[in-house]
Amino acid sequence: MVQQSPVLVVVIPLIFAFLIFIFGWWRRGICYPITLTAISLSFLASLLTLNTVITTGTIHYRLGSWEPPWGIEYVVDHLNAFVLVIVSLVSLIAAISSKKSVEKELNEKTVFFYSIFLLQVTGFLGIVITGDMFNLYVFLEIASLAGYALIAIGEDGAPFASFNYLIFGTIGACFYLLGVGYLYITTGSLNMADLSQILPNLYHSKVVLVAFAFFLVGVSLKMALFPLHVWLPDAYTYAPSPVSSLLAPLMTKVGAYIMIRIMFFVFKPYFSIELIPATTILVWMAGGAILFGAIWALAQTDLKRMLAYILVSEVGYITLGIGLANKNGLTGAILHILNDSFMMLALFLVVGAIMYRTGKREITGLRYIHRKMPFTMAVFVVAALSVIGIPPTCGFFSKWYLILGAIDANYWVPAGILLLSSLLNVIIFFRVIENAYLEPDEGHTGGTSETHIAIEEAPLSMLIPILIAGAGIMLFGVLSGKIVSTIIQFAIPSFV
Amino acid sequence: MIDLIISKYNYWIYIVLMMIGFYAMIGKKNLVKKIIGINIFQTAIILFFVSTASKRGGTLPIIEHAHGHGAHAIEAASYINPLPHVLMLTAIVVMVSTLGVALAIMILIYRRYNTLEENEILEQRKWSSNPPF
Amino acid sequence: MEIITSIRPLLAVLVTLVGALLIIFTGERNRNLREFWTILVSVLKFVIVISMVPFVLKGSVLEYTIISIAPGVSLQFRVDQFGLFFGVLASALWIVTSIYSIGYVRGLNEHAQTRYFFNFAICLSATMGIAFSANLLTLFIFYEILTVSTYPLVAHKETHDAIMGGRKYLAYTLTAGVVILFAIIFIYTLTGTLDFKPGGFLLGHGSPGTLTFLFAILILGFGVKAGLMPMHEWLPTAMIAPTPVSALLHAVAVVKAGVFGCLRVILYVFGPTLLHDLNLWIILAYFASFTVIVSGMYALAQDNLKRRLAFSTINNLAIIIMGAALLTPSSITGSIFHIGSHGFMKITLFFVAGAIYVKTHKENISELDGIGRQMPLTMGAFAICAMGVAGTPPICGFISKWYLAMGSLEAKEAFFLFVLLISALMDVAYFFPIIYSSFFKSPKDDTNLHFDEAPMRMVIPLVITAIISLILGIFPNAFFNFFNIASLAAEKILGGM
Repeated sequence: MVQQSPVLVVVIPLIFAFLIFIFGWWRRGICYPITLTAISLSFLASLLTLNTVITTGTIHYRLGSWEPPWGIEYVVDHLNAFVLVIVSLVSLIAAISSKKSVEKELNEKTVFFYSIFLLQVTGFLGIVITGDMFNLYVFLEIASLAGYALIAIGEDGAPFASFNYLIFGTIGACFYLLGVGYLYITTGSLNMADLSQILPNLYHSKVVLVAFAFFLVGVSLKMALFPLHVWLPDAYTYAPSPVSSLLAPLMTKVGAYIMIRIMFFVFKPYFSIELIPATTILVWMAGGAILFGAIWALAQTDLKRMLAYILVSEVGYITLGIGLANKNGLTGAILHILNDSFMMLALFLVVGAIMYRTGKREITGLRYIHRKMPFTMAVFVVAALSVIGIPPTCGFFSKWYLILGAIDANYWVPAGILLLSSLLNVIIFFRVIENAYLEPDEGHTGGTSETHIAIEEAPLSMLIPILIAGAGIMLFGVLSGKIVSTIIQFAIPSFV
Repeated sequence: MIDLIISKYNYWIYIVLMMIGFYAMIGKKNLVKKIIGINIFQTAIILFFVSTASKRGGTLPIIEHAHGHGAHAIEAASYINPLPHVLMLTAIVVMVSTLGVALAIMILIYRRYNTLEENEILEQRKWSSNPPF
Repeated sequence: MEIITSIRPLLAVLVTLVGALLIIFTGERNRNLREFWTILVSVLKFVIVISMVPFVLKGSVLEYTIISIAPGVSLQFRVDQFGLFFGVLASALWIVTSIYSIGYVRGLNEHAQTRYFFNFAICLSATMGIAFSANLLTLFIFYEILTVSTYPLVAHKETHDAIMGGRKYLAYTLTAGVVILFAIIFIYTLTGTLDFKPGGFLLGHGSPGTLTFLFAILILGFGVKAGLMPMHEWLPTAMIAPTPVSALLHAVAVVKAGVFGCLRVILYVFGPTLLHDLNLWIILAYFASFTVIVSGMYALAQDNLKRRLAFSTINNLAIIIMGAALLTPSSITGSIFHIGSHGFMKITLFFVAGAIYVKTHKENISELDGIGRQMPLTMGAFAICAMGVAGTPPICGFISKWYLAMGSLEAKEAFFLFVLLISALMDVAYFFPIIYSSFFKSPKDDTNLHFDEAPMRMVIPLVITAIISLILGIFPNAFFNFFNIASLAAEKILGGM
């Protein structure tokens, strides 16, 4: 069983997606437990895979025992396994918290919802685990299509936002496909490992350059890298809460993973850094993303939309790490994949809980929330501190590596942008915290005689995931040293 | 120069088609036209892949008398490349699914806004949301 | 020098964290239990810290590594003389502040008391963490935790002014944090390590220009919390906080953490040799003396008692930094000892301000005529400690000022001796009138002349700290060899060259 764990990670959610469809007609209430079972099993399988990779090294799993490069191969190295665990864990937590929201907003569509939810998770897992370029395209489209559908069932404005996302996403995926096509024409292979060996002889060819360009633009569209991020704020604001809790942490990170794979594994690092100054361009795009994401977030009055712009900013961090292309920069980027997933998960879960309980999400409407939902807001504060980058939360440690990488590479302006963004984030989040916690203009003379607001916390199925996410943020912060030394250190390609 | 255009005509056709599709996706205001643009765009890519599979004088990649004769050598040059065709079968499926999802979303939009023109929809949305950046 | 691995520093930090959790779970339901937790935890912390004194006096160092963060840097505690000095000071003062807080908060029937005590406890954990940090990164981590946990305390009253004060506090301190972080990472790329070493570890790494730049931004960064001008602006504004907050945090924990950070940078990161080479010591000394004089002048102009005390604090902090910058045995000893003696004296003064407010709701000095007859204990303590701040024997302030004066003579820079004298004169000028008018002038309004003190829970702590200031002035080594720890630290720093 352990040997089959790589494929189980992907296959289990896939099969269960169809099982839900069947069993859901029989009894609607059974969808939720089946979903949880599926993702838990997938999570266990991903843990087993990570363990195997740490102890024995890269896994090569051949589907159907067909030899590569003709057969499709799943290659799991440290980078893969790490992101797999993150994706399945975040999906699990998001799935647990989805129960009440789905019951409240989407009751008639429960069966469809969970079915597509599982397909989405399958898509993400498949993207991460595969070692074949075209297979990645297929899973990318599975994930994207499921995403379009899930977002479209949200509130007013969601179908239009989803349509926009569909157009952008299709362009992105088609560019990726074109890239695959050009590579295939010149090399005759679709297998990533194979390509990385054949390509170095062809680096001077224009076809390969065009392919690389198509890849980068396509993946940037999927990843919402500034200035191709335009679809993201609308799509994630109007999506239903469980959907944004799933998509926001993961879609962009998986896109970043694809970028790392293509730039440093399929194409050797030397190509991406020196032959084409792709990394330099990425650094400046990332700087723009960080700054503009933060500035636009400042302008928002809707809490969820503000978080969507913060997400744009966070994608900038990861891309900055990729663009710096040195050991510390990439460590920061990969560590930030973990950290940002949990930060965004916590933030979107909190907003989901607030919307569930109070039905509103304007920042100014958050008075008294800290008395109504103390634990939820406590986790919000922890996540906010993490985005700002205050130790010992995890956000500080990825910032540490990123700034270290920027100084190593003598990129002073990006280092300055990173530091400046901390301060911008302070303003952004403390606006919310002030509104939620402090109550000005109240006559504070009586001790406990204020308007007594009962604690009406989020339901347990939402509260526990929120608490887990918050605990994760603190835990991963303290353990960052361990994570870097056992996993990330080996996930970074060696730079000549 | 003319030589270049004529010998690589398949690439030129696919690029022209792709640009038409791209323009339709972005430049047209009607949602249905955008979806048609998506289709044209994706079809152009399929055309590209399939056209790279063909070889001069190649025939369909089906081996006659295949049963029990797996061991004898096959001249690869006389058969057109089947792999891109196979890949494109998958891509066509993806294209159709995308079309399905897009049409379903479009129905939702029509029910809500009663129009399929992008500028009218934006007009209607202006009164309800933040300015889209 | 012996290195002993001991879990005591970690325990000292954790005990208040556990206390914080207990406080928040007890909540409003059982106030007395909640207050009990606060006092119990503060006493426990003091005991743990004191237990480390014998080791440190012998010259050993207590270490405990928690977890590695990056190659060469771990989250690590190391209790050396300087750290222990600060730790003893903070934990001792917290006990009295806890008692005082309880009296203040109940006396005014304040709102959100649980939040108040919760944040206080976390704040003390962070202060202990700062005191016992082994390297710049650990210091920075606890420094930021301190910032975040003190914000709700500054904005506690939740009036418009309080919220603005809180925002200003955050703006200053978090910006400083970002600047310090940049400097720390830069140092890490230069040397690969961030551990404090008596006498500094930066010698030989990096060009003079780079090192000067780093020194400048580090001092500016830590100087925000330490109230060096022109970064001092948050301190008077933060006086909007409740008085125990002003007392402990802005006389002891937060500002002393800033000064602690500055001194760590001067003495344990850069070190006397490097600073002499770069001639930065004299520049810093002049920079600090500017603050000394200007803050004294500001203090003279204030009518609000707490604001006057705030500027006096800024004055004394700058004296500490000036002393450390002079880099001679006496000046460093005096500077470190002044962290302690000023702590005791200033906290008494703030306690008095709070007691007066709770009893009479008066905040301004002009209203204080004759109040000494109503509250003789309170104003008596004020008199003792105010004179101590000015440097009058036999109060402890005299000892630190004496050593600082000797230090400036050792450094052969008589200018700073004049600065010290002028500042002492200014101290007398702005404290003496208060004492005089409170005892000898007749009251303007309805202050009654009968003995009518503030609640005992507030008066007893301030009397205790005033007496401690007196005793420390006569026997500087009373209480666990307080003075010796300071002088040992100075020796180590200069001897480690």
